[in-house]
Amino acid sequence: MAMAHLIALIGTRKGLFLARRPKGGGRWELDPIRFANLEVYAVGIDARGSTPRLFAAPRSLHWGASLVHSDDLGTTWVEPERAPIAFPEATGTALVRVWQIQPGPAHAPGLVYAGVEPHALFRSEDGGLSFSLVTGLFDHPHRARWTPGNGGACLHTILPDPADAQRVTVAMSAAGVYRTSDGGETWEPANRGIQAYWMPEGQRYPEFGQCVHRLAMHPSRPRRFFAQNHFGVYRTDDGGDSWRPIESGLPSTFGFPVVVHPHRPDTVFAFPLRADGERFPPGGRCCVYRTDDAGGSWRPLGEGLPQGSYYAAVLRDAMCADDGDPAGIYLGTRLGEVYTSRDGGESWEQVASRLPDVLSVRAVALT
Amino acid sequence: MSATLVLPGVLREHVGGRRALPVQGSTVREVLDRLAVEWPALERRLRDEQGGLRPHVLLFVGELNVRDALGLDTAVPDGAELYVAPAVSGG
Repeated sequence: MAMAHLIALIGTRKGLFLARRPKGGGRWELDPIRFANLEVYAVGIDARGSTPRLFAAPRSLHWGASLVHSDDLGTTWVEPERAPIAFPEATGTALVRVWQIQPGPAHAPGLVYAGVEPHALFRSEDGGLSFSLVTGLFDHPHRARWTPGNGGACLHTILPDPADAQRVTVAMSAAGVYRTSDGGETWEPANRGIQAYWMPEGQRYPEFGQCVHRLAMHPSRPRRFFAQNHFGVYRTDDGGDSWRPIESGLPSTFGFPVVVHPHRPDTVFAFPLRADGERFPPGGRCCVYRTDDAGGSWRPLGEGLPQGSYYAAVLRDAMCADDGDPAGIYLGTRLGEVYTSRDGGESWEQVASRLPDVLSVRAVALT
Repeated sequence: MSATLVLPGVLREHVGGRRALPVQGSTVREVLDRLAVEWPALERRLRDEQGGLRPHVLLFVGELNVRDALGLDTAVPDGAELYVAPAVSGG
C-alpha cells in the first residue's frame, strides 16, 4: 500500500515543530523550530478543506496568548489582525491560554471551536480566524464553584456531535463534563457515575466538580464517550447520561490522554501513570495500553518505545491519531520524544527526539 | 504629544522589524489606544483585552516605571522615550 505524505504538528513548552514524512515512506524530517521560546499547549488540524488548515496557539508569559494558522502546510503562519480569541469587555476576564482547537463537523465547514483558560468555550464561524465567546457556558450558574485543576482552570476537550451541530460536549478541569443540545444556549453537567475520589465518603458522586482529564469519541458512535479522569477510566453509551468504569486490566487508573482508533471504534488507547504523587509510568516502563473491546480488557504495547527505566509522562493533548489508512497513532512525551505506530499500537517508531517537553500533537495523512 | 516607543527584539516582528516607533498621546493610555489602531498585534502583547498592562510587561516613560507612577495615566511629555521590556521574573 502506498504510504501517504504525513504531517505531525508538535507543540512543546518552548516552540512549535512540524514533522513530515514524504509520500512512499522513509524518514521523518523536522522543520526548523517556530515560535521559539513560546509554549504551545494547543495545535489543531482542520482537514475538511482541500488543503488542511493548521493551527497553533503560541503563548508567552510576557506577551500573552495568540492563535495562528497556516494554509500552506506550515510554510507560513498568519495571525489575524484582530485578536482571534478575546473575552468581551463585559466579562471583565482576560484570556490566559488556549488549550484546545477543535474543528466542527464535516457538514459545517466554517465551524471551529476553541477551549481556553479561564474555563470558556469560543466558537468561530469563519474557519478559525475570529471567535466569539459561548456565553451560555460562561454564564453558567455553576461557574463560581468550578475550581482549577493542577494545570489551570481550563476547558481542554471539545466533542462536537458529528451529525447535529446543536450538540456539543466539553470537559473542564476540575469542573467535569458539560453538554449542550441547543447550540450552546444552555448547558447541563453530565458526570453521573464518575467519582470525585477526594471528596468525603457519601459525597463522591457530585453533580459536577470531577477532575476529568480527557474525553474521546469515535464519529460513528456519537453517544459513546471514553473518559480518562484523575483516577478513573470511564465510558458512557448514552451521551453522558451515565458513566461506568472500564479500568479493569489497567495498571493504574490515572493518566491524561485517551484516544479512539479512527477506523476501529472499539479500540482505545491510554497511557497510565502512577499517581497521585509520582506520575511515572507504572513499573517505570513506557507503555501504551489498548483495549479492543471498548474497555472490557486492556493490554500493554511497547515495541519500539523506550526500553528500561522510564519516568516521563504523556500529557492529555500529546496523544492523537491521523486519518490515514492504515491510521497512525502518535504520542509525545515530556522528554521531548514523539513516536508513531501504523499497526494500531503494536509497534512504534520515533518521529522526533530531544525536543522541549511535548504538550500537544496532531497529525494528518495527505492523499 | 510626540514620543518614541522603543521595543525589545522579540516584539519587532510585529512592527515590520522596527526598533522604535513614533507615537502620539499625552498619557500612556492614549499612546496605547492609538497603537491598538495602528499596530494591533503589538498593542495586544502589551495590554490584555480588558485594557490592563500585562503583568510581566515593563513600561517606562524615560526612567520612570509607569507602575511606580500613575500606571496607564502616567503623563507622556513631548519628546519622551517610552521603553518596553519583558520583566525578569525569577529563574
